[in-house]
Formats: sequence, C-alpha cells, structure tokens
Amino acid sequence: MRYVAPSTLEEASAFLVDANGNGRVLAGGTDLLVQLRAGMANPDTIVDVKHIDELMTIKEEADGIRIGAAVCGQAMGEHAGLNNTWPGLVEATELIGSTQVQGRASAGGNLCNASPAADSVPAMIAAGAMISVYGPDGHRELAVENFATAPGKTNLKEGELITSIKLPKPAEHSGDAYLRMTPRTEMDIAIVGLGVALTLDSEGTVTAARVGLGAVAPTAMLVKEAGDALVGSKLDDEALERAAEACRKACNPINDKRGTIEYRTKIAGVLLKRVAKIAAERAGS
Amino acid sequence: MAEKTYKWVGTRQPRPDGADKVTGRARFGADFDMPGQLVGKVLRSPHAHANIRSIDTSKAEALPGVKAVMTSADMPDMPDEMAPAGEVMVNLRDVTRNVMAREKALYDGHAVAAVAATTEAIARQALALIEVDYEVLPHVIDVDQAVAEGAPILHENLRTKNVDGAEDTLTNVAARIQFTKGDMDSGWSQADVVIEHAFTTKPVHQGYIEPHAAVASTTEDGQVQLWCSTQGQFNVRGYCAKLLGMETSQIRVTPSEIGGGFGGKTVVYGEPLAIKLSQKAGKPVKIVMTREEVFRGSGPTAAGAMDVKLGATKDGRIVAADLNIRMQAGAFPGAPVGPACMCSFACYDIDNINVVGFDVVSNRPKVAAYRAPGSPVAAWGVESAINMLAEKLGMDQLELRIKNAAREGTKTHYGPTFKDIGMAATLDAAKNSPHYQTPLKPGQGRGVAVGFWFNIGMDSSAACHVGEDGTVTLISGSPDIGGSRASLALMAAEELGVDYQKIRPIVADTASIGFNFLTGGSRVTFATGMAVVQAVREAIDELRARAAKLWEVDVEAVIWEDGCAKPAGSNVGDFEPLSLAEIAVNAGKTGGPINGHAQLNAQGAGPGFGAQIYDVSVDQDTGHVTVDRCTVVQDVGTAIHPDYVEGQLQGGVVQGIGWALNEEYIYNDKGQLENTGFLDYRMPVASDLPMIEPIIVEVPNPNHPYGVRGVGEVPIVPPMAAIGNAIAGATGIRMTDLPMSPPKLSAAIDAARVSEAADD
Repeated sequence: MRYVAPSTLEEASAFLVDANGNGRVLAGGTDLLVQLRAGMANPDTIVDVKHIDELMTIKEEADGIRIGAAVCGQAMGEHAGLNNTWPGLVEATELIGSTQVQGRASAGGNLCNASPAADSVPAMIAAGAMISVYGPDGHRELAVENFATAPGKTNLKEGELITSIKLPKPAEHSGDAYLRMTPRTEMDIAIVGLGVALTLDSEGTVTAARVGLGAVAPTAMLVKEAGDALVGSKLDDEALERAAEACRKACNPINDKRGTIEYRTKIAGVLLKRVAKIAAERAGS
Repeated sequence: MAEKTYKWVGTRQPRPDGADKVTGRARFGADFDMPGQLVGKVLRSPHAHANIRSIDTSKAEALPGVKAVMTSADMPDMPDEMAPAGEVMVNLRDVTRNVMAREKALYDGHAVAAVAATTEAIARQALALIEVDYEVLPHVIDVDQAVAEGAPILHENLRTKNVDGAEDTLTNVAARIQFTKGDMDSGWSQADVVIEHAFTTKPVHQGYIEPHAAVASTTEDGQVQLWCSTQGQFNVRGYCAKLLGMETSQIRVTPSEIGGGFGGKTVVYGEPLAIKLSQKAGKPVKIVMTREEVFRGSGPTAAGAMDVKLGATKDGRIVAADLNIRMQAGAFPGAPVGPACMCSFACYDIDNINVVGFDVVSNRPKVAAYRAPGSPVAAWGVESAINMLAEKLGMDQLELRIKNAAREGTKTHYGPTFKDIGMAATLDAAKNSPHYQTPLKPGQGRGVAVGFWFNIGMDSSAACHVGEDGTVTLISGSPDIGGSRASLALMAAEELGVDYQKIRPIVADTASIGFNFLTGGSRVTFATGMAVVQAVREAIDELRARAAKLWEVDVEAVIWEDGCAKPAGSNVGDFEPLSLAEIAVNAGKTGGPINGHAQLNAQGAGPGFGAQIYDVSVDQDTGHVTVDRCTVVQDVGTAIHPDYVEGQLQGGVVQGIGWALNEEYIYNDKGQLENTGFLDYRMPVASDLPMIEPIIVEVPNPNHPYGVRGVGEVPIVPPMAAIGNAIAGATGIRMTDLPMSPPKLSAAIDAARVSEAADD
C-alpha cells in the first residue's frame, strides 16, 4: 500500500489514474481508516489531499461561499460567514461523529462516502450546493443531488476528485435548517435526515423552498414536490401536511438494523414539518 | 442506632489508580507485551447452528509466519458434570465447548479454531486458509421459540433437570426451578384486584470499554504465566488448569487494570487458547478481541420472557404473587434463572408466592454475569405489574410499595428471613426526596421501581506489609472494578490510625497472595474488606508486641490508638507513644518484618435494596424518550468511599437506561448478529443522560466491621421498569417489551390513537 501526499490537483488526479481503480482519496480519514481496519477497503494507493490548498480553504466569493472539499467540520462550524448564511448546513455537519471526528471529517468526504444517511448531504441539497470536480478531463460541476448514484457509489470517474462545494448566496429573508432522527442524541446514524432551505417575502409567504431528504432511499435526494408544496403558503397546517406527504411518498427505504420502512416513512413527514418551521423562523429574523 | 464516627471511612480521598489512569500509564489487558510475542487470532463460526464435519488446518499451518494452529482437538474433552473451577461450579463439558466448538457450532461467532502468527496480517490470512466443513442446521434465537415443540435442539444430551419423566425427552430446557411460600389458592381468594400480564426483555451486553485481552507465556518445564483483563485471576487459573489438564500451581495469572467488567469478565474465552497456542509455538501469544468479537463471542446477560400475576386487597395489601419466567442461557445451560426467581418478589412482604423459572438454551452466545444477574429481568415484569396494580387500585406507586415493603422479619419465598434491612428506609428516603416532592411539568411522566440483590461473601485473602519507613503495602487478590483499592485502603487507614496516603493498595497475582474468589456479587469491599481489617489487626498486634518489647511490658499493657502504640494506663509506666514509623524503623532489632495476613470465608453479606425515580418526556411523534430527571436511592450499609458509591449508583442507572431504551441484539434471518459495534448497539452517550442524583441510605450491616453491604448491583435492577412506569405516566401506554425504542413506542402511540379514534 502506497501513501502519497500531493500538493496540486494535477498530481492528485495523476496518482489516482496510476492506481487504476485501486486508489482512495484520504481527507479526514474518518470513513477510510475505519474501512481499512475492518478489511472492507484494501487500496493500493492512498492519496492524501490535505496538502492541496484549494481543498483546505473556505472562500467567500461574490455569489456565495466555496468550501474546500477537505475542510473539516470544526472549521466549517467556526466560520462566521457560513454560520450567518447557512446555519442549517453547519448544524448538519456538526452532527457528524464526535468532537474528535469533527476535527477531521470533511463535507467532501461525507459526499464521497455516499452513505444515504450522510448528515451534511440533505442540508447541502436543500441549500442548492454545487460540487466542483477535477479530473483528467479538467473541471466540471454538478448539483449535490446528482452526485451519489447508490450506497457507496458516486459518479466520480477514474482520476476525479471533488475540489470544493459551492453554496449560493441566499436571497433576502432566507433560512435553512436540518434535523435528523436518531435513537441516541449523538454519536449515531440518521434513521431519517431532512434539510429545508426557504425564502419568504415581506408578508411571510414562502417564495422558494428546497427539501433534501436522507436515509430513506439508496441516496439522499431532492424532494421537489415537498418544496413546491410549501411555496405560496405561510406554512399553514395544510401546506405542511402536503409537503410531509410528498416526503413520505419520496421514501423508498429498507428495513435494517437502523430502522423500519414504516418508521422511516413516518418520521420523514414529522421532520419536514419541524424543519420547515425552523427554517422559516430563521428566514423571518 | 448509634452513629459511629470515623476519621477516614466515609471520606472522599483521591483514588490510588487515578494518576496512572489520567496520564495513560495504567496498563490494561492489551497493553502487556512480551519479547518475541506472536499474534493469536480466533476463527469464528458464521453459522448460528451447524455440525462441524471436519476442520482442515493444513494450508494455514503451511503459511510462512504461522507458528501454531489449534482446534478443540488440542484440548481434552471434559465430562458432562458440574465441577469446581476456582470455586465456581461449572459444567466443564460446556466450558470447553464454549471456548472452542467441538462437534457443533452453536452460535454466530462461536470459536472453531485459532492461530498464532508473527503478524496480525499473517494471522488473519491463516484464518482464511482454515477450511471448516459445516452442515448448517436450523437455528433458534428467541427463548419462547426455543421452548416450543419442534424447535431445533441444540444438545442431544440435554434433559430438563427437576422434572419427572423428562429423561427421554430431547429439549432446550435445561432446568425448571420453583419457589413457593404460603398457599396460592388462599391468596387469590383474598384478592379484590388481580393484575396479569406478559413481559419480555432483550439480552444486553455488559458493554465494557476494554475488550478481552490475554498474553500467555509458557516454558518447556510446563510453567505458564498469563496476563489478562479479568475480574478473577484465581478463577482464570482454575478454568485454564481444568481445561488444559494442568495443575493450578503451574499457572500464574496476573490481572491487568480492567476497563470494565460488570460480570462479563468472570469467565474465560481467549485465555486457555493463548496458553495452548503458546505451548504449541514455544513463544508468548497475545490474543486481543476486536469489538466485533466481543459482541459475537462473549457473554451478554440473559433475557427473559415472563408472565406476572399479582393479587391485592382493595386497600392495597398484596396477597398473592405469581411469576413464570423463561430465561435464555445462550448456547449452554446456565441462565441466572435462580437469582431471577429469588430476587423477583424479595422487595415485598407477601404471604403467598409462587415462582417458576426455566433455564433455556438457544443459538446465541452463552450468557455471562451482568450486574445482579437475573434480578433486573424479573424486576422489569414485577415492577411494571406493581404499577399496573397501583393504577387499578388508584394508589400512589410509592405508597403501594411502602405498604408492602419487606421489613425485618419478612420471610422470603426462597428461604431466609430478613434482618436489619433497608427497604423501608430506602422507600422513605425516596418519598422525602426533593425529586418526589417536585410536581411534574406538563407532558412529563414519573416512574418508580425498586430492586434487590443478595450481595455475597465468599473467600478472600489479604496481607498488610509494614515498610521500614512506616508506610504500608496492602495486598489483595481482588481485581478493582469499582473502587475497591480505595475502599480497602480507607478501612486500613481507619484501623491503623495513619494517613490514607501512607497506604498503598495493590492487586496481586495468583502466586503472590492466597486465594480470592472473583470480584463479583458486590463482595469485595465486604469480604476482602473483612480480610483486610483482620490482616491489619494482625499487624497492629505485632506492632503492639514490638512496643511491649521495647518498653519491657506485657503486650496486653499496650494499646494502639491514633497510629501509635501507647501504654494502656498510667500504671504501665511513663512511655511516650511510639508511632508506626518509629516501630517500623527498628523492626529488625525487635523481631523482624512486621506484616499481617488474613484469609477467610466471609459470612453475613448484607442484602441490598434500592429505589429509583425517573421523570421522562416522550416525543409523541417520534417515540423518542428523554430522561429529564433521575434519583437513585440505595441502602449501602456504610459508604466507605462515597464518591465511588455514588459512581456505582450512577453507573448502574446509565446501563439501565440503555437497557430500557435502546440496547438490543439484532439478528438476521440466518441467526447472524448484525449490530456488532457501539454505533448500532446503542448504549447511551453522555448527552442522553440527565444528572443522576444519588441518595445514600446507610443501614449498617452488623456482620461487617464497618457495616458494609454490597453496592454495585442493585442500581441496575429498577431502571427498566421505572422508566416504563414513567412512560406509562407520560403517555398512558404500558410498554411490555424491551427496549422501549423510538420505533416501538411510536408504533404503540399510533396504535393507541387509532383505538381512541375508534372509541369516539
């Protein structure tokens, strides 16, 4: 097993190409090292990307905030600009693991691990985040909801890696929030995770809304119908119930050690109502 | 009763192992290494139930770096009879089969072979090269299914003990036991109100942070040294000697610091395998379990399915109590069904009691002890039913318990008559607690439950060595799992009248101190404490004798007071007191080293009673339960080291909250365990817990020089039922199956809503 720590994107991509499908990117390592120990992963080459500046910085740009793919959750949690604009995403990221894990685990890693239950992903989907990818064919961009294709699988091609995640600048009177259901209060995996980002007009009517839903299908997803159900409403019970129903309908979960189909489906609706209210409160304040 | 005042006993002193533990210097089981040591790894069955047709280890043996491979063929078979091993009566036929499967694999994770190799990678590779030819058999996990007709049979030789005519019947029921008191017909005829309900619990793991670890080093002349994490080095020695056909004096076992045991480290797993592999390889072998192996291969506590029936008069006097409990032992007989039956109604003074219990095998790891084994399982049913009775009678849950509490003179259904017990005092303290006096907030529910554990005595040895500077080494053979070193040192300081810091308590290996029964049954501060007091008193007698010699007076004329030898009276002569240090420095001139030793079988352990109060809130949409407040009240006899006592009370509650709300083993349809780590085996984390308020009640045990009862087990008995009772208070829903996890509670809430709507 070879460990390499390139300082440029070009080198990193070349190492991955050389590894011929047996290379793994190491950012925080909170998923990869566990898989190595359990014998679930056995790569020939480990490409540590923490020496590539672009992947390690949070940058405020004119039209939003760009988060380097290997920036850890702790750094995101301490970033004032991010907290002001996307508090829901920060909350979601800070739910990942323990304090120790927070100092290592990255949003990029959370995306690449492609767990349907990844906490930061529904929040990123709700926020309308875009992923920047670099590879042998240069740069490309895609929406977060289009990134994972199945549990543990992404549409990254050979030699590609995520460089950053771009969060748009929210419109006036916008807010986002994320909640998850876990039996324990922390150190647990979401049975359902749900993020909402919405915008209100001066009357308090929802003018735009996006709902990201995780842990209830093979990948986290955008539930467009749920967002649409909120638009035009003041989050009255009827609108909330329609959005909740859209979330329940979008569920395609499995029965497993973490939850049942029935429970997961029910909770998706419960969380939609709770999260939408928090997001609206933030948008109004 | 007159309050005794002590200088050291009852004070909160720094723990002797504290500095080592906070600096990371403490050596736990996996921290011990030997030069040239090999890595031992165990191959485990992927099948819940399978005949082992053959095992071919030739490819593994041929792998470079592999120094030894073993199977059950390397250990002698054992007869099917109960035999003593380190003072525990065990069926060695079962024990040898549990540490390594013979004709059958009986659970997912059952050890079938082991290797020792130069590296872990080679050892893992070697395991993959071992070819086991399994004939997979139908399996059974659930206890009531294991009892049902047509269930897969685990052991061809098993017959139900204590049942006439069972000799010819293949069964999974290893034994039936029964305890009766009074006359049930008469009891039921007096009852105005009867409650009858079924309850189940799930097996739960002790969840010690430190996995099992052992290093064995053997020599050509047959001597063995073993370092391991255990609650009983003498029991490990006894087990290994029997299983490997050795003499106990050939095996020297040194216990490491222990990262939790809770009863789970009272048996052997890798220890005899490490010895055998070391013998075969001629090098030291270290076996450390992974967390997955701990879950798949080491004992959880037993679970139970039970039917409880209670009858009471209108004014709340319980007149009849019946319990039928089936407990799962795992793959081999030995569920703690005896203690479950005995503890079930021990908190109450009831005239007519009938308790029947069954010890049932199924395809799961063989159970091991876990804090008050059996008692929490029975209490889940009994204490839930007591609240159902209170609801039906319209009585306060605590008042009903006070009215029926066991008291001095209560004759138990399992035999003994209680004397000097603290059940009533504990209930009074609970009733008068700030918690019980505080009204509930809207939406909250409050639950109460009580619990009992016998506490035990058994064999202990201790030594007190006085150093030349007057400091003292205090030697016991009881692994310290709950603060016993500090407690023993406090009692020694009290006896000697010297500063606690002058006493260094250690836990010795099997060759350095006489036999000590394992640390369990909440016995150490009681029994080893008695041995320590005796040993110290022997040393004090010697110190007096030396002073008498220096003063040329009779030893009877010398007393020991405040750490000094003093003349018993003015007529003895005008002598300045001689301190411990002054006597010690001249010991060579007055007769040689000054030591005290004691060995005893401690009698008169004091029964322990506790009561707990919980306030909970329930998220009606998700079924998530938050424990808002908890008070744990317990009669501990005397709290020698109150910090540790409180820690024991709080720790038991934490484990009980996990047992109540989330912990369970999840098996797939092949009988394989799916949640083999702490991520999905959900023990509580700190943020799941409220501040747990301890209230120490002290009704001294008259059989102990400082009034000690056991502490560590009672606190895990009440939580499950108390939380269930609180949930019933908050929701009106009576949960009967553990754990009361969010999906289950949510489904129950929804079902109740549907049925309410139908009633409207």
